[in-house]
Amino acid sequence: MAKIGDYALIGDCRSAALISSSGSLDWLCWPRFDSPAIFAALLDPDIGGHWFIGSNQSLRTERAYVQDSNVLETRFICHGGRATLTDLMPVYSEQFKKRNLVPDHHLIRELRCTDGQVEMRVEFHPRRYYGSAPVKVRAVGSLGLRVDVDRGTYWLRSSVPLVSHGDRATTSLALKQGDVAQFSLTYSEEAPAVLPLLDGSIRRAIDDSVNWWQRWIGRCSYDGPYQDAVRRSALALKLLTYAPSGAIVASPTTSLPEIIGDTLNWDYRYCWLRDASLTIRALLGCGYAEESKSFMTWLLHATSMTQPELRVLYTVFGEIAPRERELGNLNGYCGSRPVRIGNAAHDQFQLDIYGEVIGAAAEFAQHGNRFDRSMQKALTGFGKYVARNWNQPDAGIWEPRGTRVHHTHSRLMCWTTLDRLLALNEKGVIEEMPRDWFRRERDRIRVQIESRAWNEKLQSYVSVLDGDQMDATLLRLAWYGFECPDSTRMRNTYRRVSEQLGAGNSLFYRYKRQPPEGAFGLCGFWAVEHLALCEETLQQARDAFQQILTYRNDIGLYAEETDPREADALGNFPQAFTHVGLISAALTLVERERRKAHPAMHMSADVKFSSGEANA
Amino acid sequence: MNWSGWVLWGLVATIMLTTISSATQGLGLTRMNVPYMLGTMFTPNRDRARLYGFFAHLVFGWAFSLIYALIFEAMGTAGWWRGLIIGVLHALFVLTVLMSLLPGLHPRMASEQHGPEAHDMLEPPGFLALHYGARTPIAVTISHALFGVILGIFYQVK
Repeated sequence: MAKIGDYALIGDCRSAALISSSGSLDWLCWPRFDSPAIFAALLDPDIGGHWFIGSNQSLRTERAYVQDSNVLETRFICHGGRATLTDLMPVYSEQFKKRNLVPDHHLIRELRCTDGQVEMRVEFHPRRYYGSAPVKVRAVGSLGLRVDVDRGTYWLRSSVPLVSHGDRATTSLALKQGDVAQFSLTYSEEAPAVLPLLDGSIRRAIDDSVNWWQRWIGRCSYDGPYQDAVRRSALALKLLTYAPSGAIVASPTTSLPEIIGDTLNWDYRYCWLRDASLTIRALLGCGYAEESKSFMTWLLHATSMTQPELRVLYTVFGEIAPRERELGNLNGYCGSRPVRIGNAAHDQFQLDIYGEVIGAAAEFAQHGNRFDRSMQKALTGFGKYVARNWNQPDAGIWEPRGTRVHHTHSRLMCWTTLDRLLALNEKGVIEEMPRDWFRRERDRIRVQIESRAWNEKLQSYVSVLDGDQMDATLLRLAWYGFECPDSTRMRNTYRRVSEQLGAGNSLFYRYKRQPPEGAFGLCGFWAVEHLALCEETLQQARDAFQQILTYRNDIGLYAEETDPREADALGNFPQAFTHVGLISAALTLVERERRKAHPAMHMSADVKFSSGEANA
Repeated sequence: MNWSGWVLWGLVATIMLTTISSATQGLGLTRMNVPYMLGTMFTPNRDRARLYGFFAHLVFGWAFSLIYALIFEAMGTAGWWRGLIIGVLHALFVLTVLMSLLPGLHPRMASEQHGPEAHDMLEPPGFLALHYGARTPIAVTISHALFGVILGIFYQVK
């Protein structure tokens, strides 16, 4: 079975597919990210369903995205020759779609022999509803193969004949240099479906898609070091965007395990509000104003039904995520059961998300954007909710399924909520709000964090009030401007977090756990940002950033976690949170290298800076 | 044709429809804000869109009430249950036909095929407007049924 990091992602900003380095398409959900999978071999190679195009005789494979695009090329190096498989979901401009018929959902695979002769094998084996039942693959003459599943129809057209065997179709190909085999899979819930032509139009679609992605990344304004990593992260983040609504999903997969063989397997094909402020920072920092505007609009409108309360996660259209269910038919990735769809965290009580949403709004306003009256009212409503409820215990950022406790990080984010709202009010971005009430509650939160989240005996901040455990979220205290990054308290806290949660090579666990899970990708980038806030540790931050970069897979993608010993990816893949963390850390490094102010300085009413900040 | 009856009760029923639509949104039954949706056809300014949309909804509702009046006239009688049936059919038409056509009609609404270009657009309503909340069909049906009932009770066939 392929390792998690052996997969690559393609997509069209409405859905995505995962393809292994051996050429097997093992994950595809149409029409949108959280739809049932038609290929789910990722979670059970025996019954999940897959679409393999590869060679049993290949000595090795190499792969890469076509320069600055999300078009994947896998090169098979065989005894007798070489072949290149190009995989993509074609993308078109809205103008093009007005003039031409294009399929609702389309995936192209083109196999080209580039040298000598190669023997290749194709096996198209879709399965209904996450592998729960076989499908009927029907040959419809020159139109290709047709598969009817529930409300929709899949059409597979190919330039080479495929033999249908009932629930699958196969063929063996002997290709010599210059030979090309094209495959086009489409899906439609409306009839008549659009059936694309093969030959020239497929090649054109590939070229146009490469051009589209190159134009898109060409707009990236990031001009600091590590450009390749930042641009690849931006491209990955774009693939996780759901363009019709502007939402961004946490990951396109479900139930890839945080510990191999364990039960920590969750469905991440939804939108977590927690990712909001970092996502907005990453998009705006890279110059993607339209994407950030779409996301902000989604954020405030999609959540309107539950305002002033916020749910932890929503679907791409702002619905409450479906109830969590286990799929008993699937064996899970490397036996990691259960496989879950839906997510029970949707009804958890988490106070940190308010700070993330308001943080996103502050970042958005910092770039000159403004809010209409209903948006201002919604933002103020979040503040009022926090002012009333900040003293409650909650589930916290890591969403454990158990008792609610008083998390330091949740308090920090409540402080951030009120602090940023007050700053927005001072700047005239939000006109009306109960200033005195917000200020009073913000100051009460500060007093509580400084007294009860600080453990005098350990000389460190701790993860819960009056507690003694460490948590990587403590690294955010300085980032949000609550503490001076070079204060004695923060120096001690950083030292203790490093000792307790450092996983080696600049990786960090999010908290202590037995058995230990992987190092949490985002936490390493948080540490980089924390180090970058102090001038004397800026070089240390650069070194840490470079070390974490070595844990990307061969095409620059990160999962949620990394096994620090084997360097294998763990958890859902790829993970938006890790990639926005990378972009945010790169932006912080650049900002600090160019002696720009603390990122929170212009957004906070009560920020604490490092001692050298006043001179910067 | 009872023109004065149509003018008066068409207006009253439309105001009631708008009020109930706003109430269902306020109560968290649906995210669908019809005046906002209509208003953004004319302007991207959100505050103005709500105002323009309110008047547009008033005009459209009034126009639709004429169809109700014509049906009552054709049947030779009105009555609350006849209004109720027409209202439910009206809601079904809105949910199944109008909502699916809307992305094609609305200059600032994305379709489900939109992407990967990012624009600040309204999200599409989807089948039965379910993208605006699972209870949207209920909210739409209730408001249109009441629209029909009001017209059925108060419109006098001549």
